Amino acid sequence: MDIRNRIAKRAAEYFKAGDVVNLGVGIPGMCSDYAVPGVMFHTENGFIGVGPAATGLQKVESFSNASSTEFVPVSGSCAFDSAESFAIVRSGRLAATVLGGLQVAENGDLANWTRPGGKFGMGGAMDLVNGTRNVIVAMELCAKNGSPKIVKECSYPLTGKHCVNHIVTEQCVIDVTPQGLVLLEVLEGLSPAEIQRQVEPLLIVSNSIKTMER
Amino acid sequence: MSKSTTIQEAVDRIPDGAVLMIGGFMGCGSPNSLIDELVRQDKKDLTVIANDTARPGVGIGKLISAKLVKKVIASHIGTNPETQAQMIAGSLEVDLVPQGTLAERVRAAGFGLGAVVTPTGVGTVVEDGKRTIDIGGRTFLVELPISADFALVNAKRADYRGNLSYAFTARNFNPLIAMAAAVVIAEAEDIVPVGSIEPDSVITPHVVVDYLVAKEKDNG
Repeated sequence: MDIRNRIAKRAAEYFKAGDVVNLGVGIPGMCSDYAVPGVMFHTENGFIGVGPAATGLQKVESFSNASSTEFVPVSGSCAFDSAESFAIVRSGRLAATVLGGLQVAENGDLANWTRPGGKFGMGGAMDLVNGTRNVIVAMELCAKNGSPKIVKECSYPLTGKHCVNHIVTEQCVIDVTPQGLVLLEVLEGLSPAEIQRQVEPLLIVSNSIKTMER
Repeated sequence: MSKSTTIQEAVDRIPDGAVLMIGGFMGCGSPNSLIDELVRQDKKDLTVIANDTARPGVGIGKLISAKLVKKVIASHIGTNPETQAQMIAGSLEVDLVPQGTLAERVRAAGFGLGAVVTPTGVGTVVEDGKRTIDIGGRTFLVELPISADFALVNAKRADYRGNLSYAFTARNFNPLIAMAAAVVIAEAEDIVPVGSIEPDSVITPHVVVDYLVAKEKDNG
């Protein structure tokens, strides 16, 4: 399994039947391929019940997700306006959101909407991290240049403070806790020390640490 | 009195420099006939309040490409490089608002509220220059209403009185902006006799709609 699918598959393990979940673009959007039956997907533009991507005659513009991809609605879906859509977010009705990340700090701060100086907008990301019951960041452990993305303090503009619950990367799974970052799973063949070398904060290695499948 | 008018007459009422709210999300649910007519009539110096500016050649993106917009209030412009280029060149002012907060600020205006308080944006650049308030041990931002001169609404169906219903994800900001502008122009795919839309299916009540136009059909 390639790195992106490995991350998406592991992040989707947090969902259970009956959950309503919002997925960001990129790797997070791939989580729907691995979710257990009975999970429904919310989209910011006002819909719960986003199904698979539409093809051919199934394509109807008024069934578009937040990334402008036409989808097939699932049975039991519902439509609402943008205010109600974010009311559902802020009031804690979403079991989880999976978002990409540029930086996650030791205290759960998330930066994911722009690099410094970016001016193109946060969309719904700042709302999604306020109220969603589980904020899951699905990202590669390090940036393309090898620099750590799990840091002591975010240097990029924040999306939200103290908002991340779980971090899923291609090499490990880390939980944000009041005591600090807890290393829960390490990719088969790697050691906790090899993960520690790639992040800034000191990791607490769980005493029930598990192996993450390749 | 019928609210029905032509697309040209409806847009004739919009002056240069007007503040417009426009429905739609990445072009889905945007009033495309009204947008095309704004371009044809070359309305200038517009302020556009909308979720996004879509893409070049799509929905609100057409107003950007035609350089008719001086200011945008939106949740992102990441999908339209022309909006970004005009902003960087200094010819277009862009005010970025988190999407849920944008919806609430429009709703606050339309619902007659003085402000909304929201946790979104606390501790981020969105907080800069804003008042905060602590309620029940949590910090919230005080966000002010946004209103407009005109709302350009896209509906699936309208009756001749102006009751509106919407289609799925084409609803998005449309019912919110229909409450928040001084003059509301609704563009509907189908205009049907009064009584054809069940009262329970009406999302926007006719009392807020001033003018009604029929969307131009691609297939004639």
